Amino acid sequence: MLLQQLINGITLGSTYALIALGYTMVYGIIALINFAHGEIFMAGAFAGLFMVTVLKINIFLSLILSMVFCMIMGVVIERIAYRPLRKSSRLSALISAIGVSIFLSTLALMVFGADAKGFPDNTIPLIQIKLGPAEISSLQLLILGISAFLMMALEFIVRKTKIGKAMRATSQDYHTASLMGVNVNRVISVTFALGSSLAAAGGVLVGILYNSVSFNMGLMAGLKAFAAAVLGGIGSIPGAMFGGIFLGVAEVMGVAAGYSSYRDAIAFAILVLVLLIKPTGLFGQKIQKKV
Amino acid sequence: MSLLRMEDVSIRFGGLLAVYNVNLSVQPGEIHSLIGPNGAGKSTIFNLITGIYKPSEGHIYFDEKRIEGKKPYHIAALGIARTFQNIHLFNDLTVLDNVLIGAHTSGKWDLTGSLLKFTPWVRSDERKLKFLAMESLEAMELTDKTNELAKNLPYGEQRRLEIARALAVKPKLLLLDEPAAGMNPHEKQVLMEMVKIIRGKGITIFLVEHDMKFVMGISDQIAVLDYGVKIAEGLSEEIRTNPKVIEAYLGKGAVH
Amino acid sequence: MVEMMQNLIDQIDPYTLQILMNIGIAIIMALGLNLITGVTGQLSLGHAAFMSIGAFTSAILSIHYNLPFSLNLLVAGLTAAFIGALIGFPILRLTGDYLAIATLGFAEILKVIFLNLNITNKALGLSVPPPNTDIPMPFVIFFVALVTIIFMSFIHNSRFGRSLMAIREDEIAAEAMGINATRYKLQAFAVGSFLAGVGGGLYAHVIAYINPSDFGFMKSIDILNMVVLGGLGSIPGAILGASVLASAPEFLRFMQQYRMLVYGALLVFLMVFRPNGLLGGVNFTRLVLKIIGKNKPARAAK
Ligand SMILES: Nc1ncnc2c1ncn2[C@@H]1O[C@H](COP(=O)(O)OP(=O)(O)OP(=O)(O)O)[C@@H](O)[C@H]1O
Ligand SMILES: [Mg+2]
Repeated sequence: MLLQQLINGITLGSTYALIALGYTMVYGIIALINFAHGEIFMAGAFAGLFMVTVLKINIFLSLILSMVFCMIMGVVIERIAYRPLRKSSRLSALISAIGVSIFLSTLALMVFGADAKGFPDNTIPLIQIKLGPAEISSLQLLILGISAFLMMALEFIVRKTKIGKAMRATSQDYHTASLMGVNVNRVISVTFALGSSLAAAGGVLVGILYNSVSFNMGLMAGLKAFAAAVLGGIGSIPGAMFGGIFLGVAEVMGVAAGYSSYRDAIAFAILVLVLLIKPTGLFGQKIQKKV
Repeated sequence: MSLLRMEDVSIRFGGLLAVYNVNLSVQPGEIHSLIGPNGAGKSTIFNLITGIYKPSEGHIYFDEKRIEGKKPYHIAALGIARTFQNIHLFNDLTVLDNVLIGAHTSGKWDLTGSLLKFTPWVRSDERKLKFLAMESLEAMELTDKTNELAKNLPYGEQRRLEIARALAVKPKLLLLDEPAAGMNPHEKQVLMEMVKIIRGKGITIFLVEHDMKFVMGISDQIAVLDYGVKIAEGLSEEIRTNPKVIEAYLGKGAVH
Repeated sequence: MVEMMQNLIDQIDPYTLQILMNIGIAIIMALGLNLITGVTGQLSLGHAAFMSIGAFTSAILSIHYNLPFSLNLLVAGLTAAFIGALIGFPILRLTGDYLAIATLGFAEILKVIFLNLNITNKALGLSVPPPNTDIPMPFVIFFVALVTIIFMSFIHNSRFGRSLMAIREDEIAAEAMGINATRYKLQAFAVGSFLAGVGGGLYAHVIAYINPSDFGFMKSIDILNMVVLGGLGSIPGAILGASVLASAPEFLRFMQQYRMLVYGALLVFLMVFRPNGLLGGVNFTRLVLKIIGKNKPARAAK
């Protein structure tokens, strides 16, 4: 029973982690809470749905195309709504992000309507696999596999490639990096591209998992993923992965323990507790301000 | 009896001993200077005195009361005011508001005072603050700038505004962290006179400054810090000829 | 007197009156948040939570106890202020975005709690009886809004207000001047929450039906937008922002479902072209004095 909940929790949590990574990377580099990120997740889900149901494209190809679509979308949003505000107050950029978020969810409402849509039943053949006392479905395995693969790919890009090094340098110290000849604009674009594509993958996977895609799915998922990013220590990539999975498990366990009506509060209660006990998150570093 | 006394004060930042076993005492009424190469720990000592940092070891006494580890606002209320090396003005407020905030500890009406704004008590409180503020601006010759925004002042005037704001605290001890930095020779000369006048009013001054002419020109006592350690202390002449001091500066090629 | 007011109100068409009442409540809400975020510089993303505390307190008082409406509003405001201080005490140690997230978290938790309480009628919400007062509601709202505006302008030019601004501008320097930043932040938070509570009480009685879900994240963002749109820290700015955004949905009504689309795009557009808000950087005292031909601000003349 516990094992079953753990499997369900980790599956849900890995999708939170995929979204949380985008928040954490963007925050690490330009210190912006990208409130539109949840809507990119939603757009990814719709893009995947559209390709599977209307264009009849294979689900794996759809997943990749949806990631590409959101990648472009993320870069364009940064160009239009955030870049002109880079020198303004942080609050202005935050409001702009909120504007984008409202715009995108309303657009989705107009294009796809208010009802939740589902993926066709046969999108992924459902097989239950026995795992001792618990069961894991082919879908859950797939979600776990894809999430793990994407996170490893991200880790590889950040650790091993040239652009990844530039990203790390920029998040350490924006000004020094630009003085050292790092093309900061490019780094920021790549960050948005990577983060958005992960959110898109999260969107498609969640859409299939719950068999539901709707215009307002971005808000709550985005807020929770953000909570996950903060929980792990914002700016920290392993932190976001851990935070996502931790919140997913906590939420599933909470519901299993009979607190289903408090479901949405669980993530936030954990978030607030962590902030109060260790404001920089579990993996964040404490920086003493020099005067 | 000293006004300020540091006893075996040390502070560690991670692996770095920024200040190590420093003993120092500032006598009432004097201008006491603290010099030393970049990164010696001078500003850190100011931050320790004003409660921004807590010493890892040692004690700090002000008026014979222990103050280490007390909150900055508490220490300000006891009568220690300061300026900052990298200017910390209230940028988007006017010059007058900046000094009025400096006079904060002399007022007493808070939230309720806002409600009772037009009552005689609150008005007399405000008048008192206003008087203090204008007095400080006069001392630093900034009265014609009252309504400018702090951020629009030229650099030298921003430094003077920092001092004016600190004066409005009505301090017994005034800490000045590189007040002449970035000023031209004429401005420095004017500032020197102003600092002497402030001391003349009975305010004790503890000064960090890189400009040796400035330091030698006004100090009663000079202490020298190198790598967090006090290496010398004495009168201008003694310091100028002290071989340890010469080595600390010349050894790094940092002559000022 | 009461009759006169009623006559006056009868002459205005109900639709316009509704918009005016919305604006009045929005002004109260926006000025409260402006004190926290605009004046003191502490970003809150959970202001609607304090509005909901006021709204439910006021509604429950109206349902169960027949208090005079003025007393009812006062209790609603104080309850919100009390809970605001209680929450503020631990979280105001946090700075910047961390504080913002913590306020957001608390607001979401509170919403879920309200959705589960019997006294708030869970997810069904409450029907609110008419307020216990002879004075017509629009007048009550305008009066409270007016008092709020006056009180806020008092705060701006007082030792208290200056301390808050000092904290916003530079907390380290403020503390070095003897300002206990934590205490002042807490007071600002409590006053802002009080106004949110009063605004919530008014809202509950105007709309006559409240539901915890009405006070979610988007509501907090709506209020924040009012403050930012007008220009952070500016009273006329908050009033303008509240008036524009509280009436915008009505003016944009002809666009129907495009409304929110335009709203979102407008926010981005405004931030890109006027990042400090519509009235950001405009000094009103100076502007007025320039217009009437005096150069010295009034404060210097006192
Ligand atoms: N908050 C802090 N965290 C870590 N290291 C610090 C901190 N504050 C100061 N230091 C370090 O302590 C040492 C002393 O710094 P401090 O600013 O006191 O030097 P200073 O004598 O004022 O130098 P300058 O003349 O350049 O102003 C430096 O190596 C500095 O990097
Ligand atoms: Mg220094």
